[in-house]
Parts: sequence; structure tokens; C-alpha cells
Amino acid sequence: MTTPVTVRAPQPSGDYPLLSVQDLRVRFATEDGPVFAVNGVSFDLRAGEIIALVGESGCGKSVTAMAVPGLLAPTATVTGRVLLAGRDLLELTPKELRAVRGKEISFVFQEPMTSLNPAFTVGKQIREVLQRHEGLSKKAAQARAVELLQLVRIPAPERRVDEYPHQLSGGMRQRVMIAIAVACGPKVLVADEPTTALDVTIQAGVLDILRDLRDELGTAIVLITHDLGVVADLADRVVVMYAGRPVEQAEVHELFAHPQHPYTNGLLGAVPHREQGVELVAGRRLAEIPGLVPALRSDPDECVFAPRCSRRTDVCTSRRPPLEPVRPGHPAACFHPGEAS
Amino acid sequence: MTTAPDGERGTTAAAPMSQPGPAMAVPPPRQRRSRRLLKRFFRRRLSVFGLVVLLLILSLAVFAPLFGSPSRNDFGAVLLGPSAAHPLGTDDLGRDTLARIAYGARVSMQAGVMATLLAMAVGVPLGLIAGYYRGWADLVISRFTDLLLAFPFLILAVGLAAILGPSLRNVVIALGISALPSFIRVTRGEVLGLREQDYVAGAVADGAGDGRILSRYVLPNAISPLLVQATVTVPEAIIGESVLSFLGLGVQPPTPSWGTMLSAAQTFLTQAPLLAVWPGVAIALAALSFNLVGDGLRDTLDPKATS
Repeated sequence: MTTPVTVRAPQPSGDYPLLSVQDLRVRFATEDGPVFAVNGVSFDLRAGEIIALVGESGCGKSVTAMAVPGLLAPTATVTGRVLLAGRDLLELTPKELRAVRGKEISFVFQEPMTSLNPAFTVGKQIREVLQRHEGLSKKAAQARAVELLQLVRIPAPERRVDEYPHQLSGGMRQRVMIAIAVACGPKVLVADEPTTALDVTIQAGVLDILRDLRDELGTAIVLITHDLGVVADLADRVVVMYAGRPVEQAEVHELFAHPQHPYTNGLLGAVPHREQGVELVAGRRLAEIPGLVPALRSDPDECVFAPRCSRRTDVCTSRRPPLEPVRPGHPAACFHPGEAS
Repeated sequence: MTTAPDGERGTTAAAPMSQPGPAMAVPPPRQRRSRRLLKRFFRRRLSVFGLVVLLLILSLAVFAPLFGSPSRNDFGAVLLGPSAAHPLGTDDLGRDTLARIAYGARVSMQAGVMATLLAMAVGVPLGLIAGYYRGWADLVISRFTDLLLAFPFLILAVGLAAILGPSLRNVVIALGISALPSFIRVTRGEVLGLREQDYVAGAVADGAGDGRILSRYVLPNAISPLLVQATVTVPEAIIGESVLSFLGLGVQPPTPSWGTMLSAAQTFLTQAPLLAVWPGVAIALAALSFNLVGDGLRDTLDPKATS
């Protein structure tokens, strides 16, 4: 991705964060013993802010996202606090949680092709949430459904509203998913790789829609992605995750300009740049991070990235690196922080 | 479900509905799904034949009174062959066979459809619970299903009918219970797959409760196999009703039923063999027509089917 890093002035912060995730830990019970999927993730999200969780496959970013509205399977043990407007979602009863989901906090899944109910028209599926959460009449809900399709820029919404999912393309289905997610004007939208399954031209359109939602409705967005181009394009702040731990956190321009953790440096080094493309001769390779994400069988008191790290010293395997600021407002969990030479 | 092939977009785009201007970007609405499915069904000749026979039998049942009384006897005209007055002849009490076949169709259709509805009404919810909640509920329901399946369909029905006593209502109950396990199985199997679907996860994320998920997301998507299962069960139940009535465990004389007619015809097999042929043909045609329609439905509703 060659998207330039757009620097956006941070939103004025409210009195308290809209969504505050504090020391979130998720452990799965499996037949082969516990899996430590998320180990102490914390972040705050203010109204109208977009925070991105990035990392490679298996780093726990999706699990973190699912844990926020309590969508994980019963085999998961979730601890910590997920405060939405001051209320801990982890403490709610299933019934209270159902009232919150889709109304105050919504989720957009990765798979647009299979995430809509094939048995009903898209209009009926949008009406469904409106009638349930907002108590709208069928007629009012139908009118609102058309508006919502318009909001997510579906052409000829008054016709599309009566079509079945199989009549829509993947990009349109993803937009319908977003329309359903924002139907009740949620405060927080959690989008798990919303563009990964779409082709590049459609990705841009979906990202624009998310940006508009933030700008027009003030929706705060938790964006899960492994696409740093998307991050640079959309996010205000970034949490870099590795092996279930947050390893670095910063404003987006700060992170791209001054990456501190060797893992973040590795991720940024693996992104192709235009200058590089010009001189891409004789099989020059993109930088890669050697090795694989470790199996999360334990949560050891050491740096989990050490086995793949070029800056590794003895201290890295002796204790856990604390997530502490190395630059103003820019914490990184590394004993040897700094930008790559 | 199936993604419609692009060719279809092409054919309907030529329809005069398309407007110029900004609407050009959007293809005009394609044929409704039901229309396309009907078309696919009617391409199958055997299924259409089945449907025609089925409609004939149904109209026979509906308009049965037009064929005369099934119980008026005429001892001056017993065991007659086909004639103008009695197109299918008369039985040992001089009753008109056509009228009795027509009234028998009522009993058979009722028994077949009611038993199937009963089996669905009980089996589908049980299958939903077993497949969706799993755990001990699934364990209990599935073992109960295995228990019922251990007996062949007719043996179970005969046994139950013998316990309940002979009457049309009890025949329906006996056949309904016998058909129960297949509905539980089919429903449970479908639900096991559907509960893992992304749109079910999406419904949870939108705040839907279990009841809503089952009624709006799971059941509607399990309808096709259930419909097919129903068309398999109805002929089974029709044959089952005939068997029970034949054995004297079902509908009692003088009420005409294909099974009782067959049973009565046994005695006169040498004098009037046609008396046994008519109800036999009726049973065979009824069962066959349902099966053919069911085959057609299965192929039509199969999402993997081509075209």
C-alpha cells in the first residue's frame, strides 16, 4: 500500500473516554490446555475517534474485538474491564447485553458474502434491528432502511431494499452490513477486517463510508486490520499487537514517523514503498520478519517477540518488558526501543 | 444460497423495464426467486406428471360427493364389472367402487397430510432445540430419536395403532409418531450447520435472542430440506394408513378407505379381481405422485443444482 500518512488533528477529548478497555485478558480452554489469546490489552476510545488494532494473523486482534461486545464462545474466559460510557459490559446479564448489542455497540464482520441472512430481503434485515431496538413501526423502519442504504451509498436504494443478499455484490453486501450495524446509531462500531474480503477499488469506498460515519454521526470505531495502508488512511490511533500483547501504542502519525518497537519496525519494513518499487530490480525482496508467531500456550514473563528479534539481549528473556512511554504519549513494550536504522 | 449466474442478469436487462439515466447502473429487478424456482420445477416432466396426478387425486377427494354415495347398497348389483352406471363396478354389497375410491381418497389424504403435519409440529422444534443448544438436550432428544428409529416405520405404526385403538385420529397419531424421528434428524442436521453461519453470529452481534435467531435465521434457511422430507413422509403415511386399515387397525368399515377396500376385496379375489386392483392402483398412484413431486422439489431447491 502506498497510501500516504494523513496527519489529522486529534479530536477534542471529552471528560471520560466513551469506550475504555482495561487490562483485557482472554483465555480459551481447549482439549490441549489453555490458550492465552489476549494478555492485558488496554485502550481508550473517545467519541468520533478511530482506533486501529494491528498485527499479523493470530496476534489476538480479532479476539480482542469480539471480547468487547461479549461475542466470544463460552469456552473463553474474559477478564478485565470493558467500560462503555462507564458501564462494564463484562458484568452485564445476557439480556442486558442483548439490549446493548446492535444499539450502543455494533459489530461489522469480515465476511460480507456470508454475513447476511439469505432467506430475507436486505430491507427486512435492516428493519429487524430497527423494530427490535427502536420500536419503529414497519413503515417507519422501511423508510429508515432506505435512508440507511443511501447513507452507505448504495445506488437506487428504494429498489435494492427489496432485494435478497444473493442479488448484491460483495461490496454492496458489506455496505448493507454496515447499514445494519449503524441503523440504531451506535456509539461504538467494531469493524473486524471490514475490507479484507473486498477488492481494492471497493475497499476504498467502504473506508470512505466509515470515515463519513465518524464525521457525520460521531461514531467511534475500533478497526481491526492487518493492512497498514488502511490504518494510515483512517485511524487516529494505533495499537500494535503481538502474540496477544499490546507492544506499542501511539497516534497514527507518530507511529508511522517514529516506530519504536522492533516488531512495528518490521511491519512497516514489510510494506512496499513506491521508491522501492522503482528500483525493484533483480529480485529484491521486501523486508520480512523471520520466524512465526509463537503458539500462545503460556503467558511467559519475558518478551514474546525476543525469538524473532534482532535487538535481543539477555534482559529480553529475563523479564516482561513493561508498556511504558518511550516518547511523549507513545508507549512501547521493549527494552531496546528505537527506530530502525 | 446460490449466486445467480451473470447470464440471468443479461436476459432480464433486456426487459422493457430498464429506464435510462442514473438507474442504468443498477440492473432491473431480476425474476423473483419463486418464479425462477417454478420454472426450474416445470422443466422436469416426471415431476409435472406427479403434480398432475396429485391434483387429480385431490380433486377426487374434494368432489367425492359428485360420484354418489359410498354406502348405498344395491343387492341387485353386487360384484359387477365396470359399466356406465358404475364406472369401476360394484363391491360385494353392491356399493359403487368409484364413489368409495373417491371417499377413500379423503381418508388417505387426511391421514397422510395430518400425520406429516403432526410429525413436523413436534419434530421440528425438537430438532431445533437439539441442534442449536446441543448439550444434554441434544443427548436426550437424539437418543429418543435413535430409539424410535430402531423400529421400522410400519412396525412402529402398527404397534402404536394397536395400542391406541382403531380410528382415523389414532391412525394419524400412530403414523405421526412413526414419522417423528426423520424430522428430528433432518432439522437437527440442518441446524448444526446453520448455527455456525456468519449471519447467525451477526444476529447475535445485533442483539438478537435465541428465539429470534431460531425463528428468523435458522428455521427459514432449513425450510427446503424440511419441505422435501414432508413430501417423502406423506406417501409413507398414505401407505401406512392403508396398511393399518387393511389390518383392521385403522379406519373401520363401513367408512371407505383404500386399505379397508383392499382388505374386503381379498375374499372375492377370484370372482371380482378388479375390486382389489382399483384401491391398489389408487394407493400406488397417490404415493408415486407425492414422491415425484418431492423429487422435483428437492432438485429445484437444491442450491448446488445447476441452472
